[in-house]
Amino acid sequence: MGEFRMPVLGADMEVGTIVEWRVAPGDVVHKGDIVAVVDTDKSTIEVEVFEDATIGEILVPPGVEVPVGTPLAELITAGEAADDAPVPVTTEATGPTETAFVRASPLARRRAAEAGIDLGELRGAGPSGAVLATDLPVATDLPIAADVAVDVPTDLPSTEDLDGATVLPDRSETRRRAVGVLMARSAREIPHYYLATDVDLLAATDWLRARNETVPLAERIVPAALLLRAVATAATRVDGVNGTWAGDHFVPATRVHLGVAVALRGGGLVAPTIPDADHLDVRETMDALRGVVERARSGVLRSSDAVAGTITVTDLGDQGVDEILGVIHTPQVALVGFGTVRERPWAADGMLGVRPVVRASLAADHRVSDGRDGARFLRLVADLLQRPEEL
Amino acid sequence: MNTTEARTLVEQFVHRIAPEVDLDTVDPVAPLQDALDLDSMDFLNLVTAVHDETGVEIPERDYPQLGSLNGFVQYLVAATTVGGSLGGRAG
Repeated sequence: MGEFRMPVLGADMEVGTIVEWRVAPGDVVHKGDIVAVVDTDKSTIEVEVFEDATIGEILVPPGVEVPVGTPLAELITAGEAADDAPVPVTTEATGPTETAFVRASPLARRRAAEAGIDLGELRGAGPSGAVLATDLPVATDLPIAADVAVDVPTDLPSTEDLDGATVLPDRSETRRRAVGVLMARSAREIPHYYLATDVDLLAATDWLRARNETVPLAERIVPAALLLRAVATAATRVDGVNGTWAGDHFVPATRVHLGVAVALRGGGLVAPTIPDADHLDVRETMDALRGVVERARSGVLRSSDAVAGTITVTDLGDQGVDEILGVIHTPQVALVGFGTVRERPWAADGMLGVRPVVRASLAADHRVSDGRDGARFLRLVADLLQRPEEL
Repeated sequence: MNTTEARTLVEQFVHRIAPEVDLDTVDPVAPLQDALDLDSMDFLNLVTAVHDETGVEIPERDYPQLGSLNGFVQYLVAATTVGGSLGGRAG
């Protein structure tokens, strides 16, 4: 008998609350299926299951806050009988449900209790008017995001009503603050250095154009996906750019969890992660990019989008600027930026021509790497983009 | 599909992708992506929505013709009436 447990959805997450179960006992689920929606203090996240199984007993009902790692439901995997000793549901014992008067998320309840705030005086933005943590007057202890990735935007209406009446809370203000806190910390602690280089994209755009002519619409690839793919590959080959800073030393990552900065309509920024981006081909990278952008903008990320990133890419190509000198997302140690792809005069093979060119930049942590390493990385990105068919 | 129908359709698609945009305030000949603040992923989604709804698969080489609101509407009108296949609902 396996268990589906409250996952860690962000480096600083300690507790979470099931907002909704998307499955019932007896349902057959497959790896990657969404089984529940979880509210953390900062975001609403659809949680995926990581194995094929049948759902057994639901152990934690919606509305109860539990620490990460708490078993939420039984998972019966192949070969097991469905009636294996189910664990009794004992939710009455878990404190926060006793207040029937004011609907509120457990986190809001706890925070309110700590701050001496009467929940009854607040107007909730959660399901059925439930008070959420974000409805509380902002105290001084804004949780510092270890990664902005889990700070999900919710200033747009949910595209997918959770129970027909759910309106996601407006977190634009807390998000702004979280970005501010993160960036201030980065600027304060990380000795950034910056490099930039122009990259000839003739081969890449020719390859993309030819490819997109021959495939169905659903398989078309935007240039950004190719750029991400090149970064993910280069990150595995150059030391000191892919990983995290752990207080006093660098911890290189073995895989590339690629943070993608996504600008939101109406302002704001969120950086969901494409996990294991180094193992995706261009087509898969495109699908992953499309998914995270869609979900980031809809306001509900998935658990896999909230994996801690190891390097982040900011593509401001659609904003019409040429270059970005970025702020590294702590605890990462590098941020790659791309400007607008433009037709530019370009000298090659002794001839002057006009080619599509993009300026690639790198902001990197001088505690971990030097300009020489950073230069190698950027050159490699540029080289990889000369052979798009191999990406 | 006539101009009014095409415009209504475009309006629907745009609303899905950029709900805050009021098409009436958009200059019909201005660059569409700038006017609506669409990135290339948004634009691909727009083109995909057009395909799902009308069966018209717009190739990338035709993107320049979709550069403005008017251009987009005219393209749809033309694409759905070509060769007498009025309505153009290929699926």
